[in-house]
Amino acid sequence: MNHLTTIMRRELNSYFSTQIAYVFILIFLMLSSAFTFYLGGFYERGQADLSPFFNFHPWLYLFLVPALSMRLWAEERKSGSIELLLTLPITLTEAILGKFLAAWIFTGLALSLTFPLWLTVNYLGDPDNGAILASYVGSWLMAGGFLAIGSCMSALSKSQVIAFILTGLICLLFVLAGFPMVLGLFGSWAPQILVDTMADLSFLTHFASITKGVLSFQDLLFFVSFILVWLWATLIVVEMKRGASA
Amino acid sequence: MIQVSGLEKTFGEKTVINNLSFSLVSGEILGFLGPNGAGKSTTMKILTGFLKPSAGSVSVFGHDVLADPVAAQKKMGYLPEGAPAYEEMTVLAFLEFIAEIRGFDAQQRRDRITDVVRKMSLQDVLTQKIETLSKGFKRRVGLAQAIIHDPAVLILDEPTDGLDPNQKQQVRALIQSLSKDKIVIISTHILEEVTAVCNRVIIISEGKMVADCSPSALEQESRYHGAVTIRLEEAHREAVLASIRGLAEVDSVDVASVLVGTCDLTVFGKQGVELYPYLSRFLTRQELVPLGMFQEKGRLDDVFRRFTVSEGVVGTDLINDAAATERSAAEKRQAL
Repeated sequence: MNHLTTIMRRELNSYFSTQIAYVFILIFLMLSSAFTFYLGGFYERGQADLSPFFNFHPWLYLFLVPALSMRLWAEERKSGSIELLLTLPITLTEAILGKFLAAWIFTGLALSLTFPLWLTVNYLGDPDNGAILASYVGSWLMAGGFLAIGSCMSALSKSQVIAFILTGLICLLFVLAGFPMVLGLFGSWAPQILVDTMADLSFLTHFASITKGVLSFQDLLFFVSFILVWLWATLIVVEMKRGASA
Repeated sequence: MIQVSGLEKTFGEKTVINNLSFSLVSGEILGFLGPNGAGKSTTMKILTGFLKPSAGSVSVFGHDVLADPVAAQKKMGYLPEGAPAYEEMTVLAFLEFIAEIRGFDAQQRRDRITDVVRKMSLQDVLTQKIETLSKGFKRRVGLAQAIIHDPAVLILDEPTDGLDPNQKQQVRALIQSLSKDKIVIISTHILEEVTAVCNRVIIISEGKMVADCSPSALEQESRYHGAVTIRLEEAHREAVLASIRGLAEVDSVDVASVLVGTCDLTVFGKQGVELYPYLSRFLTRQELVPLGMFQEKGRLDDVFRRFTVSEGVVGTDLINDAAATERSAAEKRQAL
């Protein structure tokens, strides 16, 4: 456990010393505000809530999270430092969790820096702060899901570009799976159970139910197990590469 | 001690390591030799638990690297090829990280870092990012992290590759200065390094072990071992050459010009002949004073080439049967 925090701290520090942190936070804040105010019509809606802000998170994460996760393993493999890391007396699980948690905590930090929006909406009206808190937690959980996919894709390839594209693509699938249009397309011919499973696996379905203000055990379980499954896949991929190639 | 048995590694169709077995005890400094692509790095990656072998086992002080990698890795310090590090970190932060992973508390970390920084002369670059350092410094940072926990086993993959002669000297001095009860494995293709620091040599070629002996035994394998090189003025060349070739004790003579106006005759004696005193007396009788004359200890690059270019695998028994290999080498030279 000690190793895990050591690795996590090292990773977190490297976000800041490589300036990734500043660029990411800046772009995240700029885009999320732009989406909220221009596309989401924050003022025009005349409602004191943050749904125009949260509604865009899945789409924002679609390209911001892969940009963050692509380096997790690909960079280590490219620079050769993976050989150093994996010959230190730590377990692979510690390395994978440490790296993932660092990235996840970092997205949490970026997310929490949007607090001025929350202050604004409280100043303008009387929002349901419980729903807002649940949405923040939901958004963070969703970011974790995206990151876990990214961790696995990053372990697959030496190239960060490939990791970025694969992660974006797979994340898109998991977002789209719950999109009404896509569900309708399948609903016309596929058995209901398949359509339900698809909807169940979608980020949109779970995120939407959380943003309504109910952080149900089911949704929580979905995201946590989703993350664990993809981190476990990361473990398999890294182990496989250890057995198969230099 | 380290016990390697029946180690094999295949990448797809390609066999990189083929049934490699050896064991090392404390105090042995092993020079791991072989041409590029012979499987040196792969072997080291397996020893340190980075790669998994296709077959065989490695145990480090009783800890099986496959079954219990963490316990084995605690015993080892490793400098991977090219000394990779987290480039965006400062030297100090990097060493802090490694020391923390190695399980030292704050006070111990300070002591350990002070110690390796002094050993590797890193005082002046402590607060610099590793990416800004020269190759030599990067290598020293890599060595520093490898020895920070004073490991019983030190595995160094080409520790002096790409360093300038002064830096090479430094690294060698460091390896020699390590206490005598360690196991050190150094891969290299710089042969002088082997005689300078190692007390055992293993040569691998195409994943197979082709020699396992001491550096001096390896030198004796050379056809140059015991040969005498005489430096003469160019003008005397033909006369001396003719008379030496006529001697009963002399097997053959190689001629090379090294300096302008002079030439080097390398004289090979017949089996069992003490050539140096014999030639010395002969030259005196001829009233010839050579510019220089010395007895060859054996040329490692010559042995290296012979062991690694050949198709036929020569085992450790070869060391006991010098004559046979000498003959096969002679045949090979003719064939070439």
